[in-house]
Amino acid sequence: MALRPPSDRPADFARPPDEAFVSSEPTEAGPSPAPMSPGPPARPGAPALRPPELARWSWRQLTSMRTALILLFLLAVAAIPGSLIPQERVDPSAVTIWTDKHPALAPLFERVGMFNVYSSVWFSSIYVLLMVSLVGCIVPRLRVYLRAVRARPPKAPRNLSRLSAYDTWSSDEPVALLTQRVRELMQAQRRRVEVYDAADSVVVSAEKGYLREAGNLLFHLALLVVLVGVAVTGLYGFKGSAAVISGQGFSDTLIQYDEFTPGARFDVANLAPFSFTVKDFNVSWKSSGAGQGTPLTFDANLSVTDHPGAAPYSYDLRVNHPLEVDQTSVFLVGHGYAPVVTVRDGAGKLAYSGPVIFLPQDNSFVSYGVIKVPDAAPDQLAFEGYFFPTASLCRGQPCSVFPDARNPVLSLIAYQGNLGLDSGASQSVYVLDKDNLTALKTTDGNPRALLLRKGQTMQLGKVGSITFDGYQRWVKLQINHAPGKVIPLVGVLAAILGLLGSLFIRPRRTWVRLRSVEGRTVVEIAALDRVSGGDPGAHVAEVAGRLRRAATPEHPTARRESDATNRAAADDEEKL
Amino acid sequence: MTTQALAHLSNNAIYSATIVYALAMLAHMAEWAMARDLTSETAPTPRPLVATAAGGATAAGPLRRELASSGSDDDEDVERSDRFGRIGLGLTVLALLIHTVAVVSRGLAADRVPWGSMYEFSITSTLAVAVAYVFLVRRYQVRWLGLLVTGFLVTVLGIAVLVLYRPVGPLVPALHSYWLAIHVSAAATAGGAFTVGALASVLYLLRSRLEATARAHPDAPRRGFLWSTPSAEAIDRLAYRVHAFAFPLWTFAVLAGAIWAQYAWGRFWGWDPKEVWAFITWVAYAAYLHARATAGWQGRAAAYVALLGYATFLFNFVGINLFGSGLHSYSGM
Repeated sequence: MALRPPSDRPADFARPPDEAFVSSEPTEAGPSPAPMSPGPPARPGAPALRPPELARWSWRQLTSMRTALILLFLLAVAAIPGSLIPQERVDPSAVTIWTDKHPALAPLFERVGMFNVYSSVWFSSIYVLLMVSLVGCIVPRLRVYLRAVRARPPKAPRNLSRLSAYDTWSSDEPVALLTQRVRELMQAQRRRVEVYDAADSVVVSAEKGYLREAGNLLFHLALLVVLVGVAVTGLYGFKGSAAVISGQGFSDTLIQYDEFTPGARFDVANLAPFSFTVKDFNVSWKSSGAGQGTPLTFDANLSVTDHPGAAPYSYDLRVNHPLEVDQTSVFLVGHGYAPVVTVRDGAGKLAYSGPVIFLPQDNSFVSYGVIKVPDAAPDQLAFEGYFFPTASLCRGQPCSVFPDARNPVLSLIAYQGNLGLDSGASQSVYVLDKDNLTALKTTDGNPRALLLRKGQTMQLGKVGSITFDGYQRWVKLQINHAPGKVIPLVGVLAAILGLLGSLFIRPRRTWVRLRSVEGRTVVEIAALDRVSGGDPGAHVAEVAGRLRRAATPEHPTARRESDATNRAAADDEEKL
Repeated sequence: MTTQALAHLSNNAIYSATIVYALAMLAHMAEWAMARDLTSETAPTPRPLVATAAGGATAAGPLRRELASSGSDDDEDVERSDRFGRIGLGLTVLALLIHTVAVVSRGLAADRVPWGSMYEFSITSTLAVAVAYVFLVRRYQVRWLGLLVTGFLVTVLGIAVLVLYRPVGPLVPALHSYWLAIHVSAAATAGGAFTVGALASVLYLLRSRLEATARAHPDAPRRGFLWSTPSAEAIDRLAYRVHAFAFPLWTFAVLAGAIWAQYAWGRFWGWDPKEVWAFITWVAYAAYLHARATAGWQGRAAAYVALLGYATFLFNFVGINLFGSGLHSYSGM
């Protein structure tokens, strides 16, 4: 990828050509701007490219700045659809709803991976190409940099006065003394110094700012570290989720998960043997005024056992306060209601009693759920419907006007028949297979809606009865194992450090030429910045001021003045 | 002071600040209008953006020196234009102070950082814009950005007051974390700097078109306020500096967000719509920084890339907050 420091000036500015170059290949066509891809070296009438040449040309194309730029644009554009079209991995139910709404488009979108943009072939190929381009750029530049890092400051241009930051004066002091003074001054400013002796003059060359390119390389390498770190974390870890009803427990075994996505290298036998009980779960909402119904707190009180036989301890699980056991983290990501019902069958026998998890549909916590009663006889029973925590009527429709359970109502439709559980096919607990079920109907033939308040029992004729005993809350837990998540963290810190270095360190070269002319020493000083943003003029003024001050005998007024100049110059140098 | 009184103070201060910014904008409009008939006889000399020890900053208005030799009518216009410019800047500084009071009292009223809803983020990030502008005026004499900056501030604060306003409220549990202070303040500051960068890029595009036209018609008179701004090259350099400041901050905001996401939701990155657009903005500005170093992309093309990046930032703030779903639903809308 394009690794060149974002500079304001042409790349070959005051640099040997190899350093200015992104590609390690020299171009045939002289000093063209580095990132410009030279194009296939095929001229009219010239023989076609042979494979090795073609390969080299393609590689150079791929690692050129222009290609990197285009790939960056493509990456940005390719990321857009995933934010507008629901994504399978972010919100599967939204995908289902979208598919139902757009039956014509859905199959096409499915085929091109629009519901899985970020793992689709086309998205992956863009960032893989970008990474290859990045590596193809880093490696040669790293080599160049490692050579340059020990390089000595270069010789001075013949005519220093042509540089815009320039000053000259003559001094009584001998060349040797001044040389020593300049060298010490430059070294004190942590510049790399080299003294070049020529026939008629001595040049002290100084350079600073080698770390800019280091920062640049560090930033780009750190991006790779972050990506590799995230990949490793995914490969050796797992992601899972589980819904746990308040009062019930969870132990870290596969069967307890609702969803479980292991990385390719994760061995299920390595699940940490911890377990916990959700002792209680507290939630509160803003009950009045503006923003009524916004959540204020939710926290779950856990009793955790790190491994069988260990002493249990309690833990306050909240958003932003996950539980960590053996590199496995438990996050509280959601909650909902589980209505408690008792179902008796036609014979009056108890067929089911207990809480059933309903899924919240919106911020008012209207929740959808399915109650399956396989033990009812002679026919199996099922119920499908909604739980309204604070039931009311909105435009004739039942709704919930507050997320807390102030007036809980259960609205259900009952079914009898065969639940299809014996077929062996696995079934979601949240979906009712109605193929062999018939809804209980009213006399006019419509499905009979059962409205139950807390404590109410509804008789279903000869089929049985259902009682709405109350509700419990459940928590949705995200359980992740992410070994080595420190790798991306280190990468992130390194990336920021490198980025700061690559944007704010300004390489600067300073030359002081000392010439003996008729018993006096002519001092010339010039400076050159390799990137814009600095003020080499101020630097020259500062160095010149110091050299002159050291030369002239102490004079209080003069000294104060030059101090002020130095301070101003130093201030300017700090500028962006 | 009670919470109520503080919240009330904050609201009144925001109204006042908006009005004073609007007055500042009017003053800058007058500054431009007074200069519309002014001609510069010679090609505009690029004014150095950085005051060197030798050059120093002059207190004189932008047009004065160039036009000192022109007729007395012009002199009067220059004087008037400059006076309105100074009035505009003075009013902007006054509005900035009131604006600061508004943001601080909002935070005190809520007893937390003042960026828990879309309204609060708006008033805080516009404060960042105003601070960045005044800082740049002090350092680099960028008063020529005044009209664009005050126009932006009035627009956004007006929308915030009229559309986005929500009374002081508690934070949703997902925001109960010190990461809120780190992640959002970085995003707001970066957003403020991106705004100033984008406005500078707009002015750069205007000025560079002006210069191109002038090159094509060397004899045409050079009239108007734009000729008193620094050269296109110097504006471009300023825009780059501002972007170069904002980009690492934005990087930090995104990465801090990823760390927070790992801590709150158990994953660094989940392609939530807000995350997607933060990423797109990051990629666009990365492209801008690279474009500046790519032959054929420097100058106007790079400026357009920067504006594209700003558009994605705005879309993330407006579009995703209002119409999007996802985990970052804190707008209170």
